[in-house]
Amino acid sequence: MGTCRDVLPRTGPVPGGRLRSAGPSGRIGSHGPRRPPTPSRLLAGLRRWRARRRISPGWTIATALILLVILFPLASILVIALGPAGGVWRHLATTILPATVGRTLILLGGVGVVTLVIGTATAWLVALYRFPGRDLVGWLLLVPLAMPTYIIAYCYMDLLDAAGPIQTFVRWLLGFETRRQYWVPELRSIGGAVFVLSAVLYPYVYMSARASFMQQSVGTLEVARTLGRSALATFFEIALPLARPALAAGLALVLMECLNDIGATEYLGVRTLTVTAYQTWLQRSSLAGAAQIASVMLLFVLVLFWLEHQTRRGGTHENARRIRTVPERDLTGWRGHGALAVCLMPFLIGFVLPMTVLASTALRHLGDALGGAFLEAAVSSLVLALAAAFVTALVALVVAYARRVAPNGLTRPAVALAGVGYALPGTVLAIGLLVPLAAFDNRLDLLMSSRLGISTGLLLSGSVFAVILAYAIRFAAVAVGAIDSGLRRISPSLDAAARTLGESAVTTFRRLHFPLLKPTIGVALVLVFVDTMKELPATLLLRPFGLQTLATRVYELAALERFEEAALSALLIVLVGLVPVILVDRAVIRRRQTPVAPQ
Amino acid sequence: MTTPPRSRRPLRALLLRKLGPALAGLALAAGLAPTIPAAAAEINVYSYREPSLIEPLIDAFRKQTGIDITVVYAKDGLIERIAAEDRLSPADVLLTNEFGLLIEAKRAGITQPVESEALWADIPAGLRDPENHWFGLTRRARIVYASKARVAEEAITYEDLADPKWKGRICVRSGQHTYNIALIASMIAHHGREATKTWLTAVRDNLARRPAGGDRDQVKAIYAGECDIALGNTYYMGAMLTNTKEPEQKVWADSVKLLFPNADERGTHVNISGAALLKFAPHRDEAIRLLEFLASPEAQSIYASVNNEYPIDDANPPSEPVASWGTLKPDPLPLAEIADHRKEASELVDEVGFDEGPGS
Repeated sequence: MGTCRDVLPRTGPVPGGRLRSAGPSGRIGSHGPRRPPTPSRLLAGLRRWRARRRISPGWTIATALILLVILFPLASILVIALGPAGGVWRHLATTILPATVGRTLILLGGVGVVTLVIGTATAWLVALYRFPGRDLVGWLLLVPLAMPTYIIAYCYMDLLDAAGPIQTFVRWLLGFETRRQYWVPELRSIGGAVFVLSAVLYPYVYMSARASFMQQSVGTLEVARTLGRSALATFFEIALPLARPALAAGLALVLMECLNDIGATEYLGVRTLTVTAYQTWLQRSSLAGAAQIASVMLLFVLVLFWLEHQTRRGGTHENARRIRTVPERDLTGWRGHGALAVCLMPFLIGFVLPMTVLASTALRHLGDALGGAFLEAAVSSLVLALAAAFVTALVALVVAYARRVAPNGLTRPAVALAGVGYALPGTVLAIGLLVPLAAFDNRLDLLMSSRLGISTGLLLSGSVFAVILAYAIRFAAVAVGAIDSGLRRISPSLDAAARTLGESAVTTFRRLHFPLLKPTIGVALVLVFVDTMKELPATLLLRPFGLQTLATRVYELAALERFEEAALSALLIVLVGLVPVILVDRAVIRRRQTPVAPQ
Repeated sequence: MTTPPRSRRPLRALLLRKLGPALAGLALAAGLAPTIPAAAAEINVYSYREPSLIEPLIDAFRKQTGIDITVVYAKDGLIERIAAEDRLSPADVLLTNEFGLLIEAKRAGITQPVESEALWADIPAGLRDPENHWFGLTRRARIVYASKARVAEEAITYEDLADPKWKGRICVRSGQHTYNIALIASMIAHHGREATKTWLTAVRDNLARRPAGGDRDQVKAIYAGECDIALGNTYYMGAMLTNTKEPEQKVWADSVKLLFPNADERGTHVNISGAALLKFAPHRDEAIRLLEFLASPEAQSIYASVNNEYPIDDANPPSEPVASWGTLKPDPLPLAEIADHRKEASELVDEVGFDEGPGS
C-alpha cells in the first residue's frame, strides 16, 4: 500500500480552495458533506476530476509495469511453445487434446454447479436467518478453505479405498470376499474429483455470496417482501441477481483453481489439461509441447474471464450505505435444526472427515514427524506466505484502483489481464520464470565479474525473489478480484463528492476508499496467504537451494507413498490456513455489527 | 457508532504500508543467504531420489571423507532447473530413480564425462553411458505381483498379460509413469510398434480399473480383492514386507507372491537408478569421489539393505528378502535401445487410451 500513495498523482489543492475537515471525524464516507453539494457543484467537481484523470499518467505507468511483469512468464512460455516441439503437436492434437479438453470441461462444469449450489444456499441461510448455531456454522463453512486439494484427495482415498476402513467393514459385514462382488462408486474418477474438489473449493462462492447478501440493501429486500414476494421469490428474483457479480467472482476463482489443480486430479487418475501438460513435459521431455497445452488452457481462462465479465455487466453499483443491519428471520424448531444440518454438511465433508484421517495418522507418527526440519519448514512457509500476501495485495490495489481513477484503454482490461497468471499451472509458471530469470542472472554475473570482479551468482532465480514473484503473479487474480469487486461497490458519485469537497486524489484514497476497502483488502491478503501456504509446484521448482516449506515436505513424502509421515506437516498447513479464516470471519462479523455507512 | 481517535489512523495505515515491503525485504534477505557459494568441502546434489534413501549413504560418505553434502530433492523439473542455472548452477551431482532421466540429462547437455577406473570396474558396461556421462548405481526389476489366494500360475510373461483369462483382473499405475514407459519401450524394442500396440490394447481391456496410484497401491488393491495381478518394482515389496511403522503394509504384502516375468526366456525387464556429474559442477573432484563411493561395495550393500534394490553388479549380494525371491535373470536388452523407444511408448499409451482404463 505504500507505493500506492507514491504512485498517486500528487495533485495540488483543487481550485476553489480545500475544505479542511474540521468535523469530529475526518471520514468522508462516514459523514455527510459539510456543505450541501448542489447538482451544479457536483457536476463541476466531476468535470474537474475527469480532467485531472486525463493528465495523471502515474497510474497507467504503474499498471503497465505490473502487467509487463505478470505477462512476462506467459510470453516466455509462448516463446517456448513456438520452439521445436519434436513433432509432438500433431500427436497432441489428434490423440490427446480432444479427450482431455472434454474431461476438463466436465470437471469444470461439475465443480462449478456443485460449488455454486452449496456456496449460495449456505450463504443465504447464514446471512438472512437466525437459527441455533448460526454464528458458529457461518464460520465453520469457511474452514474447508484451509484444506489443500491434494491433501483432501489423499484422505478420502485412504478412507474410501477398497482396502480402507469403510469398505473393509462393509465386506466383513456382508460376507464379501473381494471388491468385485459388490458395486460402489469409484473415487478415482471424474465424479470423485468433482466431489473432492467441490468439498474444499465451495467456500470461495460462499464467502463472496455471503458478503454480497449481507451488503444488499435491506430496503430492496424488505420492499420485495412487503409487496408480497415469498422468501424464495425474493431470493431468486432480487437477492440472486444483485449478488450475481459476487457469485461470478467466487465461481471464477473456483474454476481457475480447478483448472490448475494437479495434486488431486493426478492422484485420482483424472487426466485434465494440467496433468497432460505436466506429463508432456516430463514423459516426452517436450517443454514446447507442454507450453502448447498451456496455451490451450489459456484459452479456457480467457473464456472464463469473458463470461465473468459478461455476468458483471449490468451489475449495479451498490452503495455501502445501509439503513440498518440485514433483518434476520428466526428459524425455530425443525426448520432451525434443518438449516443447521444443511450448513454443517459441507463442513463435515470438507473438513471434519479428512481431518480425522489426518489427525489419527499424524498421532500415530508423531515421533518421526516432529523435529528441526519440520519447524524450519513451518517458519519458511509462514514468512513466504506473509511476504507474498502483502506484495500481491499491493499489486492488486494498484491495478484495481488505477482503473477507477484513470480508466483508459490500458487500465480497464488490466484488471482482467492481471489474472492471467492464475491460469498457468504452477509448473509452467515456474518454467516461464526460471528460464529467463536464470538467463538474466548468468548475463549479469558475467558482466559484473568481468567489469567489477564481483560474482553476483543466481541473484534472482536462486533466491526467494523468484518464488515470491511467482506467488504474486499466480495469485494476483485472487487479490484483484476481491479488491476490484470491493471498489465497485463504492459508488463513483462518492469520489466526485469527495473531490468537489476539495480532497486531493491522495486524500480521497486515504480517507474515503482505503477505510471502505479495508475489509476487502483483508480478504485479499487472507486469500493469497492461504493459497501460498498450499501452493506446491511453483514452490517446488523455484525455491532457493535447500529451502523446504511445509507443502514441499508433504509432497515429497506423499510422492514416496509415505504420506503417513507427512500427516503432521499436512495438519499444520491446514491449521495455519485456519488462522486467516478466523480473521476474515471476524472482519465480516464486525462489519455486520458496525455498518460502514452512517445511521 | 464509535470511530477510533483520528490520530491512530495514520499510524495503522503506516504500519500496514511499511509491513509489506519490510517483510518482503526480510524474506529476500533470508533467501539470498543460501546462494552464497558453499565452502570447499561440500557437495550439492540434485536428486530425483528420495532424501531418506540417500541419507544413510551420505552419512557413510561423510564419515569416510569428511565431505558434507546438501541434497535438493524434487520429483520433477531438476534437469530443467540445472539447464536454466547454466554455469552458475550450484549442483555437482544429479541422482535419478530412472535411466530415462539420465539420458535426458545428457541430451540436455548438462552433464560431463568422468574418466574413472574405479567406476568402470564397479559398474557393468551395459549399465553406464558409453561416453561416461552417466552411471547406473542400482537395479530393480519390473515384476508381477499376484494374489496368493486367487492366482495359481507360478510363472508368467509380459506377453501373457494380454491373455483374455486376465480380463478384469489386472491393476497397474498410470501407463505414463516412467517405470511403465520403460517397460513398454522394451516391448517395442522386442516386438515392434504394431505388435506392442495390439498387446497394450489387450492389456488395457484386461484392467480391473482405471490406472492410478503408486506401486504400493496395486498391492493394496490385490489385498482388497479389486484385482488379482499387478505390475510393480521389486523394492516396493521389500519395503512393504519390512515396514515396521505401518504394519498393515506387511499384511497387504503377505497376500501376494512375486512372479518374475519371462524368467524362462529373455529375462525380466530391469531398470536402473543412477547418477551423473554435472557440467558446471563447482566441486568436481569431490563429486567424482562421491560417484565412486556410491558404486563401491560398501555403498552397494547400504543400497541393498536399506532399499532392497539389486546391486548394480552381481558381485555384490542383494538383501536377505530380495535373495529369497530367487536369482534375477535380467533382460539383456541395452538400456540405450530402450531409451530410443520411450517417446513412442508414451504416444502408444495415449493412442490406446491406456490410462482411461478398460473398455475405453
